[in-house]
Amino acid sequence: MQLTADMRPETEAALAEIIMSACASKTILELTGGGSKRTIGRPTNSTHLVSTRAMRGITLYEPNEMVMSARSGTLLSEVQSVLAKSNQMLAFEPLELAGVVGGDALQATIGGVFATNSSGPRRISSGAARDHLMGIRAINGRGEIFKNGGRVMKNVTGYDLCKGLAGSWGTLAAFSEVTFKVMPKPPSSTTLVLLGLSDEIAIEVLCSVMGTPYEITGAVHIQQPLAVTLDHMGLRGQGKAITALRLETTSKSIAYRRDKLTTALKVYGQLHDLEQKSSEAFWDEMTRLSVFEASDHPLWRLSTSPSKGPAVVAAINRYMPASALYDWSGGLVWIDVPVTSDAGAADVRRVIASHGGHATLIRAAASTRAATDVFQTLEPGVQRLSQKLKATFDPANVLNPGRMYVAF
Amino acid sequence: MTSIPLPLPDAAIVARRQSIVAELFKLLGTDRVIADDDGRRAYETDALTAYRRMPLAVLLPQSTAEVATALKYCHANGIKVVARGAGTSLAGGALPAEDAIVITVSKMRRVLDLDYPNRIARVETGITNLAITGTVAKEGFFYAPDPSSQLACTLAGNIGMNSGGAHCLKYGVTTNNVLGARMVLMDGEIVDIGGSHLDSGGYDLMGLIVGSEGQFGIVTEATVRILKSAEGARPMMLGFNSSEVAGQCVSAIIAAGLIPVAIEFMDRPAIQICEAFAKAGYPLDVEALLIVEVEGSDSEIDDQLGAITEIAKRFNPSVVKISDSPEMSAKIWKGRKSAFGAVGRLADYICMDGTIPLGRLPEVLVAITEICQRYQLKVANIFHAGDGNLHPLILFDANDPDSAARAELAGNEILTLCVKVGGCLTGEHGVGIEKRDLMSVQFNPTDLAVQMRIKTVFDPDWLLNPAKVFPLDARIMAEITERTARVAA
Repeated sequence: MQLTADMRPETEAALAEIIMSACASKTILELTGGGSKRTIGRPTNSTHLVSTRAMRGITLYEPNEMVMSARSGTLLSEVQSVLAKSNQMLAFEPLELAGVVGGDALQATIGGVFATNSSGPRRISSGAARDHLMGIRAINGRGEIFKNGGRVMKNVTGYDLCKGLAGSWGTLAAFSEVTFKVMPKPPSSTTLVLLGLSDEIAIEVLCSVMGTPYEITGAVHIQQPLAVTLDHMGLRGQGKAITALRLETTSKSIAYRRDKLTTALKVYGQLHDLEQKSSEAFWDEMTRLSVFEASDHPLWRLSTSPSKGPAVVAAINRYMPASALYDWSGGLVWIDVPVTSDAGAADVRRVIASHGGHATLIRAAASTRAATDVFQTLEPGVQRLSQKLKATFDPANVLNPGRMYVAF
Repeated sequence: MTSIPLPLPDAAIVARRQSIVAELFKLLGTDRVIADDDGRRAYETDALTAYRRMPLAVLLPQSTAEVATALKYCHANGIKVVARGAGTSLAGGALPAEDAIVITVSKMRRVLDLDYPNRIARVETGITNLAITGTVAKEGFFYAPDPSSQLACTLAGNIGMNSGGAHCLKYGVTTNNVLGARMVLMDGEIVDIGGSHLDSGGYDLMGLIVGSEGQFGIVTEATVRILKSAEGARPMMLGFNSSEVAGQCVSAIIAAGLIPVAIEFMDRPAIQICEAFAKAGYPLDVEALLIVEVEGSDSEIDDQLGAITEIAKRFNPSVVKISDSPEMSAKIWKGRKSAFGAVGRLADYICMDGTIPLGRLPEVLVAITEICQRYQLKVANIFHAGDGNLHPLILFDANDPDSAARAELAGNEILTLCVKVGGCLTGEHGVGIEKRDLMSVQFNPTDLAVQMRIKTVFDPDWLLNPAKVFPLDARIMAEITERTARVAA
């Protein structure tokens, strides 16, 4: 078939035909969902865009069994509004990066959420997107349609490609349909806030509360320069660093747990409460990283052991001024750094190498992303396995080649 | 019951056994190698005991480096390897072959690092599942996946099979609780996958490795998440006059948005057998029993159990009994967790492990009874009802080949039914040899080829745990397709 510059197949079969043609003619495809995160990763230099955005529709929803299936191009917003009608949600709280990378959040698709394993603050208690992906239908780089997993949570029948493909950024296969676990919305929620803590103390607090039985479902610390840019007027007006913990359960349990935490955290200062609406508005900002929306500076995503977060940030600050937002009780750090030719990559990666973890350059000019490793360079053994994996799924190297790594 | 075909051993390798053993003695030392008949016999089967094969030798390495040495030697000499934890696989996942060497990590059980602020533990994978919790319990932490065999089974085996357990309704299964692994590939290369943080850079190799049934490499060390234990936990028992109604009650509890830590289901035969064995205090005059456990502070527990009781009342339970003491709670769980052992005292059994969509529970229970009646076999149903993971135990007499054959046929029919209603062949036990030939019921040749190619990525010569997971003919088909594709390219 004729490959064109802008392809929007409406069916799985049509998508498979496109990929099969690309494979045969070794034509590089830029594979996207709605394109809301299109500028993340290295540029693919493709002149053939394939979007799953026309493959829409929720194909199965059983609220009683907490499962939904949708064609991959179904809008995330549609999934969320249908779930909300049954008082359910995506428990991993999809992280919405569109706003910080100049994309259109309204175009985000459910397939894209899983292809990028976009997981928000609730990841610490409920797991990541990959933990909720139960089944897929997909097309590999050979144009073969295949399925894996199913519609039940407990499933060890064969290898787990749902996890293997989640977070592969369209470099191994294109999802045509995803089946995922959904969860009831918590009956009530509240956020407890401490003001003006240093990074070290804040992360100590967050790590210690995560080690309590009170099921904290959000644990963030925002440095003062970023905190004063929140949309949330109540918090921004404090003019101080913000350390926030979320409780989501029955109001009676929240009251009990709040008391316990207040006692435990007394030495760190007064705990302020955000009531439900205010709390929801705050976490909505955390899931779209609102404090980084106004800037166009390079934005890094650092994954490390929670307690090492402050040391990582301090070390990076020895090389460049960097403001930090800590999520996942310190294990996920977002930093905004000055524009330079490599977006500070050499220094950031040196720091990460000495502390453990990995760094991803989420936002930078296309020229920087083309010249710098966007995703963390892999250890040689892991690199070899990853490259072989790419080759087995996509032997002609036509699915988003180079988006994650220069070599593949 | 030996109807599952196993490939003929490679006669050339078997003939070289003496020299292979001599080489292994030299490479690893005599205390790491079991080569005598009695010693090897202890490893000739796993918990799928109907199948037995004497391995060439058994290796008990004590370090990752020794595992690497062993694998490098086997790789160079084209010798197959079966990785083994404690040998508790119900699916024949650790069944040896006469031309294979068994490598068990059971001597590697050190705790390498406990990091409470970051809520992780790094351990050698020969540690038993329960010992991880045992190690961190003094600080009030636990390791969440809790297969019934947790006293014996190793983390290595749990990683191989992506093991679950009763409490994974709330806490997830192995794959949700392992962050990093040190793995030795078949050629002896040591790779570190993932790490101590919540997500790995690059492809999610960790997600692929968990549940790969020992076919990708031997995991010798792992970093697992540990969680703070709840302030308290308490089970309640709900008895019903029909399994169907009990199934409806489970659906209603889940639908109400109450996610207990566990919802376990037992039917009348299972209740009778477990009660006789464990004196758990189960009601004997009900058709179905649900054990529902919740967690939290005392008042939180009261509230949750109150809410569940309200829902249950809509289904006219004949028994509603909330545990009133830690002793009673322990007994209730002891009965459930010793179910397989209790059944095993009465008869031989095969334990099925299909998962079904919860809404199909009532009809599937009826169908299981019908299938077993048709094969003139008794069945006891025990399962993780909250997530639809069924464990019908089909009772048979191992001394009667006809009864054994019927049991296997009935099991296959039950699993086929699970797939037909939208479920799967195995929820937590793995495919092993047991469900190997049923894989084509759930997957088409392309689905299988995509998976088998991943096996080839990790283990190009298919030496690790061969003749498991995939139908034997499917591998041949995949190779032909691959070769054709290469020729075409």
